Amino acid sequence: MIVGDWRPATVSEVADVTPTARVLRITVPGWPGSEPGQHVDVRLTAEDGYQAVRSYSLGSYGGGDTIELAVDEVPDGEVSPYLVRDVQPGDMLEVKGPLGGYFVWRPGGVNPVQLIAGGSGIVPLAAMAKARADAGTGPPFRLLYSVRRPESAIYRDELERLAGDGGVNLTWVYTRGGPPGWTGRVGRIDDEVIASTVWPVDQMPDVFVCGPTSFVEQVADALVRLGHPPAKIRTERFGGA
Amino acid sequence: MRAENARSVVDGNAIAGLLAELFTQDMTMMTGTCGGCGAQAPFAHNVVELDETAAIVRCRSCTHTLFTVLRDGETLRLRIGSLVALEAP
Repeated sequence: MIVGDWRPATVSEVADVTPTARVLRITVPGWPGSEPGQHVDVRLTAEDGYQAVRSYSLGSYGGGDTIELAVDEVPDGEVSPYLVRDVQPGDMLEVKGPLGGYFVWRPGGVNPVQLIAGGSGIVPLAAMAKARADAGTGPPFRLLYSVRRPESAIYRDELERLAGDGGVNLTWVYTRGGPPGWTGRVGRIDDEVIASTVWPVDQMPDVFVCGPTSFVEQVADALVRLGHPPAKIRTERFGGA
Repeated sequence: MRAENARSVVDGNAIAGLLAELFTQDMTMMTGTCGGCGAQAPFAHNVVELDETAAIVRCRSCTHTLFTVLRDGETLRLRIGSLVALEAP
Protein backbone atom coordinates (compact mmCIF):
# COMPACT_ATOMS: atom_id res chain seq x y z
CA MET A 1 0.00 0.00 0.00
CA ILE A 2 1.60 3.22 -1.16
CA VAL A 3 -0.19 6.51 -0.86
CA GLY A 4 2.18 9.46 -0.85
CA ASP A 5 1.41 12.97 -2.01
CA TRP A 6 -0.16 14.40 -5.11
CA ARG A 7 1.85 13.53 -8.19
CA PRO A 8 1.82 15.68 -11.31
CA ALA A 9 0.51 13.67 -14.25
CA THR A 10 -0.12 14.14 -17.96
CA VAL A 11 -2.96 12.75 -20.02
CA SER A 12 -1.30 10.71 -22.75
CA GLU A 13 -4.22 9.12 -24.58
CA VAL A 14 -7.99 9.40 -24.69
CA ALA A 15 -10.45 7.00 -26.31
CA ASP A 16 -14.23 7.20 -26.43
CA VAL A 17 -15.47 3.72 -25.52
CA THR A 18 -19.22 4.26 -25.09
CA PRO A 19 -21.48 7.22 -25.91
CA THR A 20 -20.85 8.53 -22.37
CA ALA A 21 -17.53 7.04 -21.26
CA ARG A 22 -13.92 7.45 -22.08
CA VAL A 23 -10.75 5.55 -21.27
CA LEU A 24 -7.92 7.86 -20.24
CA ARG A 25 -4.29 6.84 -20.17
CA ILE A 26 -2.31 9.03 -17.84
CA THR A 27 1.45 9.18 -17.44
CA VAL A 28 2.51 9.52 -13.82
CA PRO A 29 6.29 9.84 -13.43
CA GLY A 30 7.46 7.70 -10.53
CA TRP A 31 4.19 5.76 -10.31
CA PRO A 32 4.82 2.93 -7.82
CA GLY A 33 2.45 0.42 -9.44
CA SER A 34 -0.89 -0.85 -8.16
CA GLU A 35 -2.81 -3.98 -7.24
CA PRO A 36 -5.91 -5.03 -9.21
CA GLY A 37 -8.95 -3.20 -7.83
CA GLN A 38 -7.24 -0.12 -6.41
CA HIS A 39 -8.18 3.45 -7.22
CA VAL A 40 -6.68 6.91 -7.37
CA ASP A 41 -7.82 10.36 -6.37
CA VAL A 42 -7.65 12.83 -9.24
CA ARG A 43 -7.30 16.55 -8.51
CA LEU A 44 -8.13 19.21 -11.05
CA THR A 45 -7.21 22.86 -10.53
CA ALA A 46 -9.03 25.64 -12.36
CA GLU A 47 -7.26 28.82 -13.52
CA ASP A 48 -8.57 30.70 -10.50
CA GLY A 49 -7.18 28.08 -8.12
CA TYR A 50 -10.44 26.26 -7.40
CA GLN A 51 -9.78 22.57 -6.91
CA ALA A 52 -11.96 19.49 -7.23
CA VAL A 53 -11.05 15.95 -6.18
CA ARG A 54 -12.71 12.74 -7.32
CA SER A 55 -11.90 9.05 -6.94
CA TYR A 56 -11.57 6.83 -10.00
CA SER A 57 -10.83 3.14 -10.15
CA LEU A 58 -7.84 1.92 -12.08
CA GLY A 59 -8.59 -0.30 -15.07
CA SER A 60 -4.91 -1.13 -15.09
CA TYR A 61 -2.69 -2.81 -12.51
CA GLY A 62 0.98 -3.54 -12.01
CA GLY A 63 3.97 -1.33 -12.72
CA GLY A 64 4.98 1.17 -15.36
CA ASP A 65 4.47 4.93 -15.50
CA THR A 66 1.12 4.84 -17.27
CA ILE A 67 -2.18 4.22 -15.54
CA GLU A 68 -5.59 3.76 -17.09
CA LEU A 69 -8.91 5.15 -15.90
CA ALA A 70 -12.32 4.70 -17.46
CA VAL A 71 -14.65 7.58 -16.65
CA ASP A 72 -18.39 7.59 -17.23
CA GLU A 73 -20.02 10.99 -17.52
CA VAL A 74 -22.34 11.93 -14.69
CA PRO A 75 -24.90 14.36 -16.15
CA ASP A 76 -24.59 17.69 -14.32
CA GLY A 77 -21.43 16.42 -12.66
CA GLU A 78 -18.62 18.82 -11.94
CA VAL A 79 -15.60 16.76 -12.94
CA SER A 80 -16.62 13.81 -15.10
CA PRO A 81 -17.98 15.89 -18.04
CA TYR A 82 -14.60 17.58 -18.27
CA LEU A 83 -12.75 14.25 -18.24
CA VAL A 84 -15.10 12.66 -20.75
CA ARG A 85 -15.67 15.59 -23.15
CA ASP A 86 -12.87 18.13 -22.84
CA VAL A 87 -9.60 16.73 -21.59
CA GLN A 88 -6.97 16.14 -24.29
CA PRO A 89 -3.57 14.46 -24.49
CA GLY A 90 -1.01 16.79 -22.98
CA ASP A 91 -3.36 18.19 -20.33
CA MET A 92 -2.07 18.12 -16.77
CA LEU A 93 -3.76 16.95 -13.61
CA GLU A 94 -2.68 15.50 -10.27
CA VAL A 95 -2.99 11.96 -9.04
CA LYS A 96 -2.75 10.46 -5.56
CA GLY A 97 -2.42 6.75 -5.02
CA PRO A 98 -2.68 3.89 -5.46
CA LEU A 99 -5.42 3.89 -2.83
CA GLY A 100 -7.34 1.23 -0.94
CA GLY A 101 -6.24 -2.21 0.17
CA TYR A 102 -9.72 -3.57 0.81
CA PHE A 103 -11.25 -3.86 -2.65
CA VAL A 104 -8.29 -5.74 -4.11
CA TRP A 105 -7.90 -9.18 -5.63
CA ARG A 106 -4.62 -10.81 -4.68
CA PRO A 107 -3.46 -13.89 -6.56
CA GLY A 108 -2.84 -16.98 -4.51
CA GLY A 109 -6.31 -17.75 -3.19
CA VAL A 110 -7.98 -21.08 -3.86
CA ASN A 111 -11.66 -20.13 -3.69
CA PRO A 112 -13.42 -19.28 -6.95
CA VAL A 113 -13.90 -15.57 -7.57
CA GLN A 114 -17.18 -13.92 -8.47
CA LEU A 115 -17.14 -10.41 -9.92
CA ILE A 116 -20.41 -8.46 -10.16
CA ALA A 117 -20.40 -5.08 -11.90
CA GLY A 118 -23.01 -2.44 -12.52
CA GLY A 119 -22.20 0.13 -15.23
CA SER A 120 -18.80 1.73 -14.78
CA GLY A 121 -18.31 -0.45 -11.70
CA ILE A 122 -16.66 -2.77 -14.19
CA VAL A 123 -13.41 -0.79 -14.07
CA PRO A 124 -11.71 -2.27 -10.97
CA LEU A 125 -13.20 -5.69 -11.75
CA ALA A 126 -11.75 -5.56 -15.27
CA ALA A 127 -8.33 -4.98 -13.69
CA MET A 128 -8.89 -8.10 -11.56
CA ALA A 129 -10.01 -10.16 -14.56
CA LYS A 130 -6.98 -9.02 -16.57
CA ALA A 131 -4.69 -9.89 -13.68
CA ARG A 132 -6.19 -13.36 -13.45
CA ALA A 133 -5.91 -13.89 -17.21
CA ASP A 134 -2.32 -12.60 -17.26
CA ALA A 135 -1.39 -14.95 -14.41
CA GLY A 136 -2.51 -17.85 -16.62
CA THR A 137 -3.34 -19.90 -13.56
CA GLY A 138 -5.34 -19.48 -10.39
CA PRO A 139 -8.90 -19.79 -9.16
CA PRO A 140 -11.72 -19.78 -11.72
CA PHE A 141 -13.38 -16.39 -12.28
CA ARG A 142 -16.97 -15.56 -13.11
CA LEU A 143 -18.07 -12.07 -14.09
CA LEU A 144 -21.67 -10.88 -14.02
CA TYR A 145 -21.87 -7.50 -15.76
CA SER A 146 -25.06 -5.42 -15.73
CA VAL A 147 -25.36 -2.69 -18.36
CA ARG A 148 -28.27 -0.77 -19.83
CA ARG A 149 -27.54 -1.84 -23.41
CA PRO A 150 -24.64 -3.54 -25.19
CA GLU A 151 -23.23 -0.19 -26.35
CA SER A 152 -23.07 1.07 -22.73
CA ALA A 153 -20.53 -1.58 -21.76
CA ILE A 154 -17.06 -0.27 -20.97
CA TYR A 155 -14.30 -2.78 -21.87
CA ARG A 156 -16.76 -4.87 -23.88
CA ASP A 157 -14.20 -6.16 -26.41
CA GLU A 158 -11.50 -6.79 -23.82
CA LEU A 159 -13.90 -8.75 -21.64
CA GLU A 160 -15.17 -10.83 -24.55
CA ARG A 161 -11.56 -11.60 -25.39
CA LEU A 162 -10.76 -12.59 -21.80
CA ALA A 163 -13.86 -14.79 -21.78
CA GLY A 164 -12.89 -16.35 -25.11
CA ASP A 165 -9.49 -17.27 -23.73
CA GLY A 166 -11.22 -19.28 -21.06
CA GLY A 167 -9.90 -17.35 -18.06
CA VAL A 168 -13.17 -15.70 -17.13
CA ASN A 169 -16.75 -16.89 -17.45
CA LEU A 170 -18.78 -13.84 -18.56
CA THR A 171 -22.53 -13.30 -18.18
CA TRP A 172 -24.23 -10.16 -19.48
CA VAL A 173 -27.30 -8.63 -17.90
CA TYR A 174 -29.12 -5.99 -19.96
CA THR A 175 -31.45 -3.72 -18.04
CA ARG A 176 -32.92 -1.81 -21.00
CA GLY A 177 -32.30 -3.89 -24.11
CA GLY A 178 -30.04 -6.62 -25.50
CA PRO A 179 -28.10 -6.87 -28.76
CA PRO A 180 -29.93 -7.52 -32.06
CA GLY A 181 -31.53 -10.92 -31.92
CA TRP A 182 -31.29 -11.12 -28.13
CA THR A 183 -33.94 -13.44 -26.79
CA GLY A 184 -32.74 -13.55 -23.22
CA ARG A 185 -34.26 -11.63 -20.37
CA VAL A 186 -34.03 -7.88 -19.98
CA GLY A 187 -34.05 -6.48 -16.46
CA ARG A 188 -32.05 -5.89 -13.34
CA ILE A 189 -30.05 -8.48 -11.48
CA ASP A 190 -32.41 -10.27 -9.12
CA ASP A 191 -32.33 -13.37 -6.92
CA GLU A 192 -33.01 -15.64 -9.88
CA VAL A 193 -30.11 -14.24 -11.92
CA ILE A 194 -27.80 -14.58 -8.95
CA ALA A 195 -28.95 -18.11 -8.16
CA SER A 196 -28.41 -19.22 -11.77
CA THR A 197 -25.14 -17.46 -12.64
CA VAL A 198 -23.14 -16.78 -9.46
CA TRP A 199 -20.91 -19.43 -7.89
CA PRO A 200 -23.02 -21.45 -5.45
CA VAL A 201 -22.60 -20.74 -1.75
CA ASP A 202 -21.04 -24.15 -1.04
CA GLN A 203 -18.13 -23.28 -3.37
CA MET A 204 -17.33 -20.44 -0.93
CA PRO A 205 -16.60 -17.83 -3.62
CA ASP A 206 -14.82 -14.57 -2.91
CA VAL A 207 -17.31 -12.02 -4.20
CA PHE A 208 -16.51 -8.49 -5.39
CA VAL A 209 -19.39 -6.13 -6.16
CA CYS A 210 -18.86 -2.66 -7.64
CA GLY A 211 -21.28 -0.11 -9.03
CA PRO A 212 -23.53 2.78 -8.10
CA THR A 213 -24.60 2.71 -4.44
CA SER A 214 -28.15 1.52 -5.14
CA PHE A 215 -26.90 -1.30 -7.39
CA VAL A 216 -24.40 -2.53 -4.80
CA GLU A 217 -26.98 -2.44 -2.01
CA GLN A 218 -29.47 -4.47 -4.03
CA VAL A 219 -26.93 -7.06 -5.13
CA ALA A 220 -25.29 -7.40 -1.71
CA ASP A 221 -28.68 -7.79 -0.02
CA ALA A 222 -29.68 -10.47 -2.53
CA LEU A 223 -26.39 -12.34 -2.06
CA VAL A 224 -26.86 -12.41 1.71
CA ARG A 225 -30.49 -13.46 1.31
CA LEU A 226 -29.30 -16.39 -0.83
CA GLY A 227 -26.87 -17.50 1.87
CA HIS A 228 -23.55 -15.89 0.93
CA PRO A 229 -21.71 -14.95 4.13
CA PRO A 230 -21.35 -11.13 4.39
CA ALA A 231 -17.66 -11.54 5.22
CA LYS A 232 -17.08 -13.09 1.78
CA ILE A 233 -18.65 -10.13 -0.04
CA ARG A 234 -16.47 -7.11 -0.73
CA THR A 235 -18.21 -4.03 -2.00
CA GLU A 236 -17.30 -0.70 -3.53
CA ARG A 237 -19.89 1.99 -4.16
CA PHE A 238 -19.69 5.17 -6.13
CA GLY A 239 -21.95 8.17 -6.28
CA GLY A 240 -22.17 10.79 -8.94
CA ALA A 241 -20.65 14.24 -8.86
CA MET B 1 -20.00 24.45 -12.91
CA ARG B 2 -19.46 24.36 -9.16
CA ALA B 3 -21.90 22.19 -7.40
CA GLU B 4 -22.57 23.60 -3.96
CA ASN B 5 -24.13 20.39 -2.73
CA ALA B 6 -22.48 17.65 -4.73
CA ARG B 7 -23.06 15.23 -1.89
CA SER B 8 -23.08 11.55 -2.61
CA VAL B 9 -23.58 8.50 -0.45
CA VAL B 10 -20.78 6.03 -1.03
CA ASP B 11 -18.64 3.83 1.22
CA GLY B 12 -15.31 3.88 2.99
CA ASN B 13 -13.33 3.00 -0.11
CA ALA B 14 -14.03 6.48 -1.46
CA ILE B 15 -12.22 8.22 1.41
CA ALA B 16 -9.08 6.07 1.32
CA GLY B 17 -7.17 9.09 0.01
CA LEU B 18 -8.65 11.52 2.51
CA LEU B 19 -7.94 9.25 5.49
CA ALA B 20 -4.45 8.53 4.19
CA GLU B 21 -3.76 12.26 4.49
CA LEU B 22 -4.71 12.10 8.16
CA PHE B 23 -3.24 8.76 9.14
CA THR B 24 -0.48 8.39 6.51
CA GLN B 25 -1.54 4.82 5.81
CA ASP B 26 -4.35 2.88 4.21
CA MET B 27 -7.34 2.74 6.55
CA THR B 28 -9.80 0.78 4.40
CA MET B 29 -8.88 -2.54 6.02
CA MET B 30 -8.89 -1.17 9.57
CA THR B 31 -11.68 -2.67 11.65
CA GLY B 32 -13.72 -0.16 13.63
CA THR B 33 -16.13 -0.83 16.47
CA CYS B 34 -19.29 1.23 16.81
CA GLY B 35 -20.12 2.25 20.37
CA GLY B 36 -23.75 2.66 19.37
CA CYS B 37 -24.48 -0.95 18.48
CA GLY B 38 -21.21 -2.85 18.93
CA ALA B 39 -20.90 -3.72 15.23
CA GLN B 40 -17.40 -4.31 13.92
CA ALA B 41 -16.59 -3.68 10.28
CA PRO B 42 -13.73 -2.71 8.03
CA PHE B 43 -13.65 1.03 7.32
CA ALA B 44 -14.30 0.28 3.64
CA HIS B 45 -17.71 -1.07 4.64
CA ASN B 46 -18.93 2.10 6.39
CA VAL B 47 -21.54 4.39 4.90
CA VAL B 48 -19.93 7.66 3.83
CA GLU B 49 -21.75 10.87 3.01
CA LEU B 50 -19.26 12.84 1.00
CA ASP B 51 -19.05 16.37 -0.30
CA GLU B 52 -16.33 18.96 -0.92
CA THR B 53 -15.95 19.95 2.73
CA ALA B 54 -16.88 16.90 4.79
CA ALA B 55 -17.02 13.15 4.98
CA ILE B 56 -19.59 11.87 7.46
CA VAL B 57 -18.83 8.24 8.25
CA ARG B 58 -21.70 6.16 9.60
CA CYS B 59 -22.08 2.67 10.99
CA ARG B 60 -23.83 0.51 8.37
CA SER B 61 -25.65 -1.40 11.12
CA CYS B 62 -27.15 1.39 13.26
CA THR B 63 -26.39 4.59 11.24
CA HIS B 64 -24.68 6.31 14.20
CA THR B 65 -21.95 8.70 13.06
CA LEU B 66 -18.64 6.96 13.74
CA PHE B 67 -16.56 10.01 12.86
CA THR B 68 -16.48 13.04 10.62
CA VAL B 69 -13.62 14.48 8.61
CA LEU B 70 -13.88 18.20 7.87
CA ARG B 71 -11.77 19.99 5.31
CA ASP B 72 -11.08 23.69 5.69
CA GLY B 73 -8.66 24.67 2.95
CA GLU B 74 -5.49 22.72 3.59
CA THR B 75 -6.53 21.77 7.11
CA LEU B 76 -8.22 18.48 7.99
CA ARG B 77 -10.06 17.99 11.25
CA LEU B 78 -11.25 14.67 12.63
CA ARG B 79 -14.21 14.60 15.00
CA ILE B 80 -14.77 11.28 16.70
CA GLY B 81 -18.36 10.18 17.14
CA SER B 82 -19.45 6.69 18.15
CA LEU B 83 -16.20 5.00 17.06
CA VAL B 84 -14.83 3.33 20.18
CA ALA B 85 -12.12 0.97 18.95
CA LEU B 86 -9.79 0.42 16.02
CA GLU B 87 -8.07 -2.80 15.10
CA ALA B 88 -5.39 -3.20 12.46
CA PRO B 89 -5.89 -6.06 9.96
